Amino acid sequence: MKTIYLDNNATTRVADEVVEAIKPFFTERYGNPSSMHFFGGSVAREIADARANMAELIGASPQEIVFTSGGTESDSTAILSALNTLPERREIVATRVEHPAVLNLCKYLARFKGFTVKWISVDKSGMIDMEDVRRAINDKTAIVSVMWANNETGVMFPVVEIAEIAAGHGALMHTDAVQAVGKVPINLSKTTINFLSLSGHKLHAPKGIGALYIKKGTRFSPFMIGGHQESSRRGGTENVPGIVGLGEAARLAMNNFHEENTRVKKMRDKLQQGILEKVSQARVNGHFEQRLPNTLNIGFEFVEGEAILMRLDEKGICASSGSACTSGSLEPSHVLRAMGVPFTAVHGSIRYSLSRYNTEDEIEYVIEETPKIIATLRAMSPFNIDNFNTACIVQ
Amino acid sequence: MWEYSEKVKEHFFNPRNIGALEDANAVGEVGSLACGDALKLYLKIDPKTEKILDASFQTFGCGSAIASSSALTEMVKGKAVEEALKITNQDIANYLGGLPKEKMHCSVMGRDAFHAAVACYRGEDAPREQIEGELVCECFGVSDEQIRRAVRENNLSTVQEVTDYTKAGGGCGLCHEKIEGIIAQVKGETKTVESEVYKPRKAMTNIQKIAKIQEVIEKEIKPSLQQDGGDVELIDLDGDIVKIALRGLCSSCPSSALTKAGIENKLRELVYPDLVVQEVNV
Repeated sequence: MKTIYLDNNATTRVADEVVEAIKPFFTERYGNPSSMHFFGGSVAREIADARANMAELIGASPQEIVFTSGGTESDSTAILSALNTLPERREIVATRVEHPAVLNLCKYLARFKGFTVKWISVDKSGMIDMEDVRRAINDKTAIVSVMWANNETGVMFPVVEIAEIAAGHGALMHTDAVQAVGKVPINLSKTTINFLSLSGHKLHAPKGIGALYIKKGTRFSPFMIGGHQESSRRGGTENVPGIVGLGEAARLAMNNFHEENTRVKKMRDKLQQGILEKVSQARVNGHFEQRLPNTLNIGFEFVEGEAILMRLDEKGICASSGSACTSGSLEPSHVLRAMGVPFTAVHGSIRYSLSRYNTEDEIEYVIEETPKIIATLRAMSPFNIDNFNTACIVQ
Repeated sequence: MWEYSEKVKEHFFNPRNIGALEDANAVGEVGSLACGDALKLYLKIDPKTEKILDASFQTFGCGSAIASSSALTEMVKGKAVEEALKITNQDIANYLGGLPKEKMHCSVMGRDAFHAAVACYRGEDAPREQIEGELVCECFGVSDEQIRRAVRENNLSTVQEVTDYTKAGGGCGLCHEKIEGIIAQVKGETKTVESEVYKPRKAMTNIQKIAKIQEVIEKEIKPSLQQDGGDVELIDLDGDIVKIALRGLCSSCPSSALTKAGIENKLRELVYPDLVVQEVNV
């Protein structure tokens, strides 16, 4: 059976061009870029090229890019650096819908390190109120961390504007842009954003490689302390294949940027329309416009997400769910709860996330299969629009 | 991804006995839409022989909830009510070739729905298990009776296990202490038969805990620290986490980690053993 992969916010297929670019660095050019001999030292040039590509994709200069192991390391590095360089400031501002890499770090800092975290709430479309942001940031704020786009709903936040508010108070600004890089235009040179985290495997590079943008002039305190690599900002021998792969993926992203925002977006909109036309009592979670071009999160009422995923999986369709049952925790996704998605739909929310590798045919197949699955499960469910909760009836 | 057995998958993709039973004379319902899973069980019981002639279900829930419901209907069909009442949640899980431990609550839901249906058939009050006993977990509406039974029948010993089997404690976490108390109580019941060694610890309120901790710090800990030019202050108590600030020489002492461990040991010994000491800067 063919696999139809609509879970690109979880991870992506590594592009063929990326695989080809990486290959020589395992068996032929495996030298250490720090070595004095040409065999190793010449690899440094490839790293420089990758850095330049990565920088260009986000409108930065190469010196502002530090390669890391991925989004989580970049997030931790940025936030902890800000707290170290502004020791007199004890407050952090973040949204309630951040990825766990930021969310749990902030909770940890509040619980064990005595920092105060000011959480920004979201409304039912997943958006934040700028007035809340203005109220939360003050002269005690060390760092503001707001994601560029949410991984579950695709909703995008006005991070550039928030960064200006932060700068006005002398606070540093970090954005987790793991889901946004390569999908939407980012030009950091014109902003006051101090840190931006990105991850390779979300943009067709391998897992285990990412980058942190550190704005020129931002005071920095390293997280991984060790050798001189990355200008002493991140110790450890470079992940050369990963860096070369990320560089190539960044180059491809620049070439495919138009496609992401036209063909991929068109397929996403078709999927959304196709499902909503065929399935009643279904709703899109997240703002319609302020949203990544590839993400669709739909709440199907009266059915449960894991059951939907298992049946989609049986048809070869990969998606994901914010349902409690899929995570092993008993509560549905913190993002959907923060948005106040009604309890009739929160357990039945499915995220379809597309990439440029998807085809029209695949989308049509998913539009065909999803409504059948929902109908089958609804036929089994004790609940429907007229009947949410019933009592024991003796006949 | 969950590692479901072939039998679970088979019952999920081809569930038996779906839908309302037209001539049912017993209906049992557990769970709710808000909780993420719910099961409505229909039984047709022969009033003369008390034999279960037919069974069907409607389930809102995950793969294992649907599979457990399907399995339950197959297991009870043809059995006498009394005999079927002996079916435990473990029997349902076994029938399905096992369930991931985090999903055991699905089998518990099956068992509870059957008991609710039988209570309903017999015209007893409060057929919903939640109403029996005192509510412990407010997030998932689980009572102390339900927890006690799950602990006893499945020999559970940790809060996590209780959460896996009943969902209790899986939300805000405020009831963890109560669940611990129930586990200790149940274990106490069984242990006393074997020996008198085990003493279930008395549940203390936060105020009592703070007072006791403060007392131990004042009488047992401070004097020895002050001898070395240091001091300690109780800042806060968060669940089982005692937040302290080390003062004077202690705060800059390279062995403050040892000091902290020492304080923790003392508090565990004299207050209760689950306390964790944490140093905060205030």
